[in-house]
Amino acid sequence: MIATFIPPEKLGTPQMSETPWELLPTASNHAASLDGLYVFLTIVCGISFVLVIGAMLYFMVKYKKRSDNDRTSPLTHSGKLEFAWSAIPAVFLMLFFVWGELDFVKLSAPPADAIDIRVTGQKWYWTIEYPGRPVAATVAALDGEVAPLLVVPLNQPVRLLMTSKDVIHSFYIPAFRVKKDVVPGRYASVWFTAIEEGTFPVFCTEYCGDEHSSMLAIVKVVPADQYEEAVRAATTLEQGEGETVEQFGEKVYKSFACNSCHNTDSTAKVGPGFGGVFGKSESFTDGSSGVVDENYIRESIYSPNAKVVSGFTPQMPSFAGQINDDQMNALIAYIKSLK
Amino acid sequence: MSDDSKKSPQADKSASKSDKSASTPEPSYLTAKRGLMSWLVTIDHKRIGLMYLTATMFFFLVAGLLAITLRTELFTGQQDFMSAATYNKVFTLHGAIMVFLFIIPSVPAAMGNFVLPLMLGAKDVAFPKLNLLSFYIYCIAAVMLILTLVLGSLDTGWTFYTPYSKTTGSAVIMATMGAFVAGFSSILTGINFVVTTHKMRAPGMTWNRMPLMVWALYATALIQVMATPVLAITLFLLVIERTLSIGIFDPAMGGDPVLYQHFFWFYSHPAVYIMILPGFGIISELITVHSRKHIFGYRAIAMSSVAIAVISFVVWGHHMFVSGQSELAGIVFSFLTFVVAVPTAIKVFSWVATLYGGSIRYTTPMWYALVFLWTFTIGGLTGVYLGTLSIDVHLHDTYFVVAHFHYVMVGGTVVAFLGGLFHWWPKMFGRMYNETLGKLSAILVFIGFNATFMTQFFLGHQGMPRRYYAYLPEYEALHQVSTIGSWILAAGLFLVLFTLVQAIKSGERASSNPWNAISLEWQTASPPIEHNFHTTPTVTGSPYDFPEIDKSGKH
Repeated sequence: MIATFIPPEKLGTPQMSETPWELLPTASNHAASLDGLYVFLTIVCGISFVLVIGAMLYFMVKYKKRSDNDRTSPLTHSGKLEFAWSAIPAVFLMLFFVWGELDFVKLSAPPADAIDIRVTGQKWYWTIEYPGRPVAATVAALDGEVAPLLVVPLNQPVRLLMTSKDVIHSFYIPAFRVKKDVVPGRYASVWFTAIEEGTFPVFCTEYCGDEHSSMLAIVKVVPADQYEEAVRAATTLEQGEGETVEQFGEKVYKSFACNSCHNTDSTAKVGPGFGGVFGKSESFTDGSSGVVDENYIRESIYSPNAKVVSGFTPQMPSFAGQINDDQMNALIAYIKSLK
Repeated sequence: MSDDSKKSPQADKSASKSDKSASTPEPSYLTAKRGLMSWLVTIDHKRIGLMYLTATMFFFLVAGLLAITLRTELFTGQQDFMSAATYNKVFTLHGAIMVFLFIIPSVPAAMGNFVLPLMLGAKDVAFPKLNLLSFYIYCIAAVMLILTLVLGSLDTGWTFYTPYSKTTGSAVIMATMGAFVAGFSSILTGINFVVTTHKMRAPGMTWNRMPLMVWALYATALIQVMATPVLAITLFLLVIERTLSIGIFDPAMGGDPVLYQHFFWFYSHPAVYIMILPGFGIISELITVHSRKHIFGYRAIAMSSVAIAVISFVVWGHHMFVSGQSELAGIVFSFLTFVVAVPTAIKVFSWVATLYGGSIRYTTPMWYALVFLWTFTIGGLTGVYLGTLSIDVHLHDTYFVVAHFHYVMVGGTVVAFLGGLFHWWPKMFGRMYNETLGKLSAILVFIGFNATFMTQFFLGHQGMPRRYYAYLPEYEALHQVSTIGSWILAAGLFLVLFTLVQAIKSGERASSNPWNAISLEWQTASPPIEHNFHTTPTVTGSPYDFPEIDKSGKH
């Protein structure tokens, strides 16, 4: 299985930082306050490391064996010293705890005026739904590939209400320093206020199977006055001017991540390949058989488990309510065109 | 180095005499009985220890080779020679074999079996037959985990998270049952060690005169006995859910997937301490013996092992800060996690302080102990980052976590284990190894290990998620350093293997006490006789009261 949903090198986001020790872009309110603590921790831990290892290296040189007649110190313990090296770290540890806890509490309490955006995870792509917009795939075109696109306005709090259709995923925006497991059967939420314009990658960080590494998305921060227009553009999946119906069908195929399970040639992936499939006779797991025609494709997309081709498992989620008639027609035309 | 006939506070005169009489041809445990059967049905703790050692080293090799394969695939950001599915299976096996078949049994069951009764001045463990049984249960578990290779579809990660583990291939049942069975082996070893430590100490060996290795093994055994049953229950529930379709963890059947994580980490966090505590014990021995200094803060080190064992039961939720457990739970677990950091810090400070005023011998075991101080300090400090709630939200499930636990498990436990092997090898086989090769191996391990995992902290804070077979191009440079580091590390480990095997075949004969140590295992022949001691030794003092210590008051 070589093809992946989005080849990572085509994700098209700018490199996040120049050098490994540099911090990531501070693109959200959380990132700003977290980085302060991160730097503070690094300084304190760095000093502790230098003290401990410095003492070790010094003793290593100073107390190297000189002769067989060496006498060693009778020191076995020191109450004061032991109290000091228990109490001083304890004070710093409590400081880290409280600081981390305060930021964490902030992270768990979205402000009342936050915009709600729904995020649904499933193997191996994200669906983003905006309030008042039809449920359509939201896509960013990247050099011929597409990735799910989360558009958020600058300087305005956003809450993501997330759930999963299958296994646990995790929605992670490194540039925002936020991450939350997306668990089936419940809602998880995360909020942030983007404070830097730009595009940043989103990773799935809970192992979810074969194409876990390819379950990527993009978050795009736009000025507040351009937000609605950007959402409209991202959620519109229509045949463009001068686009053939097959070309539009290919866009639909990629937008709904059909390619994460179906190849465009005849080789099988998670599901059967589409190449030359139209008009073919197939036998199904229930023992019946039939020809792959327009109605079979339509049925397989809206109720995928009705007739599963022999040799495959019923894994595909239903796209009913997500793919509209125009998109369906284009998709069928595209599949027909694949040889 | 000469046979130590100086007065040792850990062994009275009669024991010293028995040491001398070891030169009369009383056969060692290795030669007392001959033939394969004499090994397979042995109830001698030393032979069982060696069998465990052979088995765990074999699995270390297997899982290590898997790790090299993974690192090599990660040399470039694209998919190279492994498919996604293969990569997922390989990292799962790497983790599962390392954890269940290598690290958990390596120090307690392999090394602990050999040294614990000797250090206590006992003839054997309390239940020798139970000891053999635990070895065979381990073997059954190993076969079950290996069978998953044949069944060929275990790709859940060693954590078997639901509901993913519910949807994937049938090898999951075999693998979880393997881990379940391995747990029983661990429980039996734990019970055996607890009873042995309570009941089999030589006359005069009060709790405060026990070597710190014994304290560490004892604390470990307590965790094994108390925590492992929870893993067994959890894995069993997982199997029941899969086979009988009773909804426990799967939300599709009304179960709760986060409940599984609670159950799993309730065992697996204490298990982290099952893995590291015995390493602490080894380091306490190595640093004192090879610096000729009494351990600094004996009581603090001993008690901190017990404190860690207790607190380790109430920190499991720090694996789940972003999993959807309640925020309040997250806060409580974060607090408790910081509490456990204190006894760990005390240990590190005490080891460094032990070096003060010593007469440090740069033997191979000492090199490993010093490498340990470096790597474990980094492992411990980076744990502080992950215990901090808001920082963990960013770093959770990134390479930062991968680097942190490898610093603790490899930089801590494995380095201590290697140091322990070089320390006790002359006792186990009565042969010295080539010191130059030994030290070279320590240096290679040090360089290779740090190159492999130091880079991963940077990858982690840059956002690189774990368990990815392909990644964004901006992470490539660091991944390449890491991969090259892993090859150096592998070279170092192969050198360890070569050095130790060469010692058995053609090493110089070791004296009974090449390091002039005081604890009881050195007061008998190398290799020891079948019943350890001719006469039960009597203990009159501390195991760290070296003759070099200046008691004239001048220091």
